[in-house]
Amino acid sequence: MLVNRKLILAHFWFAFAVFGVALTLGAWQMFIRSPIGTWLSNPELYYRSLTAHGTVMGYVFPTLVAMGLGYAISESALEQRLVGVRWAWAGFWLIVGGSIMAVIPIALGRASVLYTFYPPLIGNLFYYLGVVLVVVGSWIWVALMSINLRIWRKAHPGAPVPLAMFANVAGSYLWAWTAVGAALELLLQIIPVAAGLKATIDAGLARVFFSWTLHAIVYFWLMPTYIAYYTIVPRAIGGRVYSDNMARIAFILFLVVAMPIGMHHTFADPQVGAGFKFVHSAFTALVTLPTFLTVFTICASIEIAARLRGGRGMFGWIRVLPWDNPMMLALAFSFVMLGFGGAGGLINMSYQLDASIHNTQWITGHFHLIFGGAIVIMYFAIAYDLWPHLTGRELNDLRLIRTQLWLWFIGMIVTTFPWHWVGILGMPRRMAYFDFGDPAIAPQALSVTFSAIGGFILLASGILFLVILARGMRAPQAEAGAYRFAAAVHQSATVPVALNTHALWVALMIALTITNYGYPILTLATTEGTSVPAVYVGAQ
Amino acid sequence: MSARDIFTFRNPHFTRGVGITAAILIVTAIVGFIVLPFAQPWVQFANVWDAICSAAGVPQRVAGVAAPEQSKRLSEVVLTSHTLSRPSQEAIGRGATLAQRCAICHGPTGLSRADSPNLAGQYAAVIYKELHDFRSGARTNAVMSPFAVNLTDQEIADLSDYYAYLPRLPAYHPTPQLPKPNIVIYGAPMRGIAPCGSCHGSLDNKTGSPWLEGQSEAYLKAQLQAFAAGERRNDISQQMRNIARAMTPEEIEQAAAYYASQPPDIVKAVD
Ligand code: HEC
Ligand code: HEC
Ligand code: HEM
Ligand SMILES: [Cu+2]
Repeated sequence: MLVNRKLILAHFWFAFAVFGVALTLGAWQMFIRSPIGTWLSNPELYYRSLTAHGTVMGYVFPTLVAMGLGYAISESALEQRLVGVRWAWAGFWLIVGGSIMAVIPIALGRASVLYTFYPPLIGNLFYYLGVVLVVVGSWIWVALMSINLRIWRKAHPGAPVPLAMFANVAGSYLWAWTAVGAALELLLQIIPVAAGLKATIDAGLARVFFSWTLHAIVYFWLMPTYIAYYTIVPRAIGGRVYSDNMARIAFILFLVVAMPIGMHHTFADPQVGAGFKFVHSAFTALVTLPTFLTVFTICASIEIAARLRGGRGMFGWIRVLPWDNPMMLALAFSFVMLGFGGAGGLINMSYQLDASIHNTQWITGHFHLIFGGAIVIMYFAIAYDLWPHLTGRELNDLRLIRTQLWLWFIGMIVTTFPWHWVGILGMPRRMAYFDFGDPAIAPQALSVTFSAIGGFILLASGILFLVILARGMRAPQAEAGAYRFAAAVHQSATVPVALNTHALWVALMIALTITNYGYPILTLATTEGTSVPAVYVGAQ
Repeated sequence: MSARDIFTFRNPHFTRGVGITAAILIVTAIVGFIVLPFAQPWVQFANVWDAICSAAGVPQRVAGVAAPEQSKRLSEVVLTSHTLSRPSQEAIGRGATLAQRCAICHGPTGLSRADSPNLAGQYAAVIYKELHDFRSGARTNAVMSPFAVNLTDQEIADLSDYYAYLPRLPAYHPTPQLPKPNIVIYGAPMRGIAPCGSCHGSLDNKTGSPWLEGQSEAYLKAQLQAFAAGERRNDISQQMRNIARAMTPEEIEQAAAYYASQPPDIVKAVD
């Protein structure tokens, strides 16, 4: 029952439009600092582009996809009209306004601080205010998801919440809480300085606040992908979810362990005690649990689809899977990239190994593979799957869709594998220029060239994606029927209360945040003499 | 399905969820705060509490290690990008009067006829900082230092406002403009040198970095060599020493010659 299709389409279109722009900037960045580009002689332009690319890809694009999907789930899984449509539109426009407000100072060179803000670097006030508006807009969505679920529960006392909605609301709570870190950093520390009320800033404390956001935001980006794994793909390929409870446990685990681990981003920071770094590192290791749980459950779910199609043998069933179905293809690509990216992540999360790749191109290679690859390819899949239901028109050029997915997969591998490699060789990240004539990095020239070519493949794929969606807006009309989610093998009539509600897990999430962040934040905030003068970007 | 049914030890999910989480937390905390600190043979702890405090990052003074004796004076100036950002007409006027004693060397219009640096249109924060450093002895020069030692804070601020207010003029002995050498365009990323212009004004200005265009070649070269040799050490956090040390003698020559050949009015007006 998708009623507010315009609302959802608006979210998706704005998300994909800004994604297209940021993707172009990404390909340009890769090209301009590779041996095949000649440099512009102005690093400032590179950092403007990098700030815009990171801000859009990190904050605007995934947030809008999660919101659009969230509204679609709320209406179709709960079979209930969205309550608070006006608020939803207000949230959307806040994000549009915030994005524009943030991008103008970036384009003018007044906010080249990169999406991680990098205090004591301070940019134009409106950049930060824009980011705050984006976050506030998304918080409206969090509230609406919670309210809509509550209304549904009243009407269906004791009934199991549909898995898609359970996961969606878990994701929204995670986002609400994880965004608090960056919000505190912005409101208490950065904005007062950007507004000229203060001239010094405690950069160490700011980094700790940011790490509060930086890790769990990754799982917020991941949520739509996992929702698609569990509730869209099995249905699309004619299978069933292997276990509904297992899925719930996976989402719950993400809620609990995503938060208290962000300090693995501060391994190299002197202001954080080593004991806390260890605890965060150990909790990071726990994230493998929901990840493996998911890989297992999804593999089992697609095996069910294969066996239903007559597949047999230990591995023979893999052959009979519907490989021409874009959902199947996207899932397979996503899993391959998740596998490689996850293996790389194990290196990042260990205190000692991290030292060898800290702040190198390895890191950017890693998160492009996981985020740009494994996660974003499922965003494409979600859009393809939802599009006919949103537009009321058919979307059946499956060949073009498959081509697009293949290009994204190949492009991502070609881009990120050499990217990891040059990182291991020690090439630093966030540099506008590399002198490949220098014997120290001359051997990396070839790898960087491959990455640049991969970037253009990705750009081609991104353009194709937009073309497919745009053509879908003008295709012949067709009734797509109700939008449904995958059913479980055993759809039990009741679910244990703890697996049907979020309160216990949200409480644990907050408790662990306090145990793992409370002391470091308190001491940093109360220690005198830890602030440094702000460095204003583009100011004299 | 009220909160009372969930948050109770009668709910097995609550007991297990909270129990497992707390157990993991306690085990990792014991390992991180007690076992691992003691596992480092090169650190000695008096007792367990000491180890915990150290692992928690409790700010503490390192016992028994005296701060290294600083033989040379370092700069004590604190600059923010608001330093002297709003000069008044009176300050500029007072500065103009004071600047008469500086004119023999720095020129009546702030444009030097010898190898003293040009001051006309230099960033106010730079003049302010350098004068403070000459006065405190953080930067020394037999010719210049005597003129700074007796200046008051107010006089330094006024002089800075005045010189910053003067128009940037082309060099007294103009030379043909040289093309940009690589060290200026790119810096040297592998040696940690950012492009000069990212601090010195043509791309961006980092507070406290002077623009260099049109200064005398001999002066620029002497300053770079002094930074490299550690004879000039008033740059905060060794910003410029780290760069000059990593430059080759040819690069120092090229950079000095290039900047000397540029007219100062091409400095990007970021202000
Ligand atoms: C007798 C000549 C002489 C007089 C008079 C003189 N200076 Fe200087 N000044 C110099 C020389 C030479 C240097 C370069 C010092 C060095 O090489 O380290 C210098 C350097 C400076 C600098 C540093 C510029 C830079 O870019 O680093 C400032 C600022 C300055 N003088 C201001 C003044 C002011 C203000 C007065 C008047 C109160 C003054 N000077 C009087 C010779 C003089
Ligand atoms: C990280 C910023 C930064 C970069 C990059 C940088 N400098 Fe500097 N430079 C400074 C600062 C700050 C000072 C002033 C130091 C002081 O006296 O406090 C300075 C001073 C100087 C001076 C002395 C000028 C005077 O009048 O006192 C010269 C010459 C100089 N730099 C040349 C260069 C050259 C050539 C490059 C490029 C190879 C370069 N700098 C790159 C920050 C930078
Ligand atoms: C055409 C494909 C893409 C290319 C070639 C590309 C390229 C780049 C480059 C060169 C950087 C700078 C790395 C550095 O210097 O440290 C970067 C940063 C980044 N990219 Fe991409 N990118 C692409 C797609 C994406 C996608 C799809 C996403 C996620 C949705 C993404 C998210 C990010 C983020 C978050 C940053 C960090 C910005 C920062 O370091 O401040 N990129 N990208
Ligand atoms: Cu992380």
